[in-house]
Amino acid sequence: MDLQTAAQINSFLAAFVLLTAFGMLVQKRIYSLIHLFTWQGLFLSVNTAIVGYVAGRHHLYISSILTLSLKVILLPYILHALIVRLKIRKEVETVVNIPMTMLIGIALVIFSYYLTAPVREISTLITRSTLAVALATVMIGLLMMITRKHAVTQIIGFLAMENGLFFAATSATYGMPLVVELGVALDILIAAFIFGIFFFHIHTTFDSLDVEHMARLKEED
Amino acid sequence: MQSSMMLLVLLGVPLFAAAVLAFVGDRRLAPEVNIAGSAATFAAGLGLALEVYEQGPMLAGGKFFFVDAFNIYLAVLTSFVSMTTAIFSRRYMRREREHGRVGHIGMRFYHAMFQLFIFAMLLCLLTNNIGVLWIAMELATLSTVLLVSLYRTPTAIEAAWKYFILCGVGIAQALFGTVLLYFAAEKVLGEGGESLLWTNLSQMSDKLEPTVLSLAFVFLMVGYGTKVGLVPLHNWLPDAHSEGPTPISAVLSGLLLNIALYALVRCKVLVDGSTHTHYAGNIMMGFGIVSILVASFSLLRQKDIKRMFSYSSIEHMGIATFAFGLGGPIATFGALLHMLMHSLAKSSIFFTVGHASQMHRTQEMDKIRGLFKGNPLVGWGLMFGAMAIVGMPPFGIFTSEFLILTATMKDAPLMTPFLLLGLGVAFAAIFRRVQQMVAGEVPEYQKPMKVAHVPVMLHMALVLAIGIYLPDFLSRWFHTAVELLK
Repeated sequence: MDLQTAAQINSFLAAFVLLTAFGMLVQKRIYSLIHLFTWQGLFLSVNTAIVGYVAGRHHLYISSILTLSLKVILLPYILHALIVRLKIRKEVETVVNIPMTMLIGIALVIFSYYLTAPVREISTLITRSTLAVALATVMIGLLMMITRKHAVTQIIGFLAMENGLFFAATSATYGMPLVVELGVALDILIAAFIFGIFFFHIHTTFDSLDVEHMARLKEED
Repeated sequence: MQSSMMLLVLLGVPLFAAAVLAFVGDRRLAPEVNIAGSAATFAAGLGLALEVYEQGPMLAGGKFFFVDAFNIYLAVLTSFVSMTTAIFSRRYMRREREHGRVGHIGMRFYHAMFQLFIFAMLLCLLTNNIGVLWIAMELATLSTVLLVSLYRTPTAIEAAWKYFILCGVGIAQALFGTVLLYFAAEKVLGEGGESLLWTNLSQMSDKLEPTVLSLAFVFLMVGYGTKVGLVPLHNWLPDAHSEGPTPISAVLSGLLLNIALYALVRCKVLVDGSTHTHYAGNIMMGFGIVSILVASFSLLRQKDIKRMFSYSSIEHMGIATFAFGLGGPIATFGALLHMLMHSLAKSSIFFTVGHASQMHRTQEMDKIRGLFKGNPLVGWGLMFGAMAIVGMPPFGIFTSEFLILTATMKDAPLMTPFLLLGLGVAFAAIFRRVQQMVAGEVPEYQKPMKVAHVPVMLHMALVLAIGIYLPDFLSRWFHTAVELLK
């Protein structure tokens, strides 16, 4: 595979990552949301493997396998199991103002391109153009966490942000050193354990996973 | 060889204790195990400090760990406050259990996570790798999230969820900043783990690309700034610090905020070395001064005692951030001293607050009355703690705030009125409330109880002693740290 093709495949996959991010931003059904998240993880994993092959950085294969097992298999499985246990499989969330959210998302993409311009100029890597997409994915994940009011959706937004960060590391520097990648994966695993417990606590205490119910802690006058 | 052994003990003991307590944390002697573990950690910390003091900075474990004057003093402080908190929590948690607020699993969880939290903080401080620094910071957050929701009340769960989500979002920004930093470093130091080592980075910082580092700092500031609790990223802090068990409030306010600020300052040194401007410092000063003002005015409106002192933590972290941003030998010295003093005073206040609220079974300040008569130790502890925290002489916070104020008048005179306004408002807000609580008659619902007085007295004695006379070794230590942070 020559560099030209590799760069094209890389951009192509980046486009899909961004597409799934936008999809998640407005998807109402929690079930479909998890599917989108799984796809995003798969695109990332394939992308990482290809970059690792072309750039000759073999530790990226480990990152790729880690992403595959964690974000394509384990996390979606945990989320599935949780929503089955909590009987919220069919739940549909009301998402307010979809066009507006989409427009903000687009603005964030443009902003990301603007912000990462200095990095693109200095970088010599074939993946340099996708750093902006990675940052956009992080920002869209953030936007999703702000606009959505369901605990599961917020967590998926959080994990999508993490995907974006992983993508950024691959794009900017062909991945972080292995010890860091492993540590981050461990943190995500612990986080998964914690939000699993949380879902149960929130569900039993508030009888719903809608975080709108959690509004007791406010500044009183 | 000996020093790396010491390092191993320092990090190994809390990790091992966490594993053990995960199984036996609900036994009768578990609190004693907790204390013993923390005491061993503290001893190892002291031993390591002694060595660094005599021999200067050191690298250990294949450059993976790095100890210098800046991080070792925080490591000693962290292990010391964890030890006193463990002593305090022995009676406190036993009583909470009698009141039925925590069960068997809760106790196991509490003890194990407490030790894991100490491990994460120490790893944060001692690691040389800024990627691992990030990981340990996230671990410190994760290990405390479920402690905040330990009581399982609706408000506790809400607070913990907020803590989890907002800090998760914040810290993600810091990881992006770290990626950018690595990108810049790779150009100079080549690929691989070596280019994330702080010792390598700080030597080569003038070769790092300034535009990339400026961009990275924005993300690092937002990320670690969230964990420091700087306004406007502070929303989670008063909730998380007030809803959890009091020992956890003490270590969150007293220690974790310091660690996050430590990470931020380390990054600032790199950015300064690369840009050769006051760019990073200006950003920190801005965040600092806004935090001081917003927090001190918020103090006026508080009704819950733990919430009030949480806002006071935001204020004090704002002061330290502002001082580090200001830079220069006097301000940096003041900031280092301020971190130390605030940590000791604030955790001691939380200890007494914990006693007071257990005696009254409420955290509402309007219902806490007559502490002087009811339990003089708690009353005077709170009174002296409040005097120390608002910066009255002769306590140590007066010294550090005085230094910072002097440096501000010299280097950034326009900021002085804002700083003074913040300090003045905080003084009025806290004092007004504390006076009501300590004076007056004992209400009939106040229950007498035995209190753990050693931690409070120890902390207050240190704050007072350092305020009156700064020991030679400490000031020399700070001077070395100031040199490092130039």
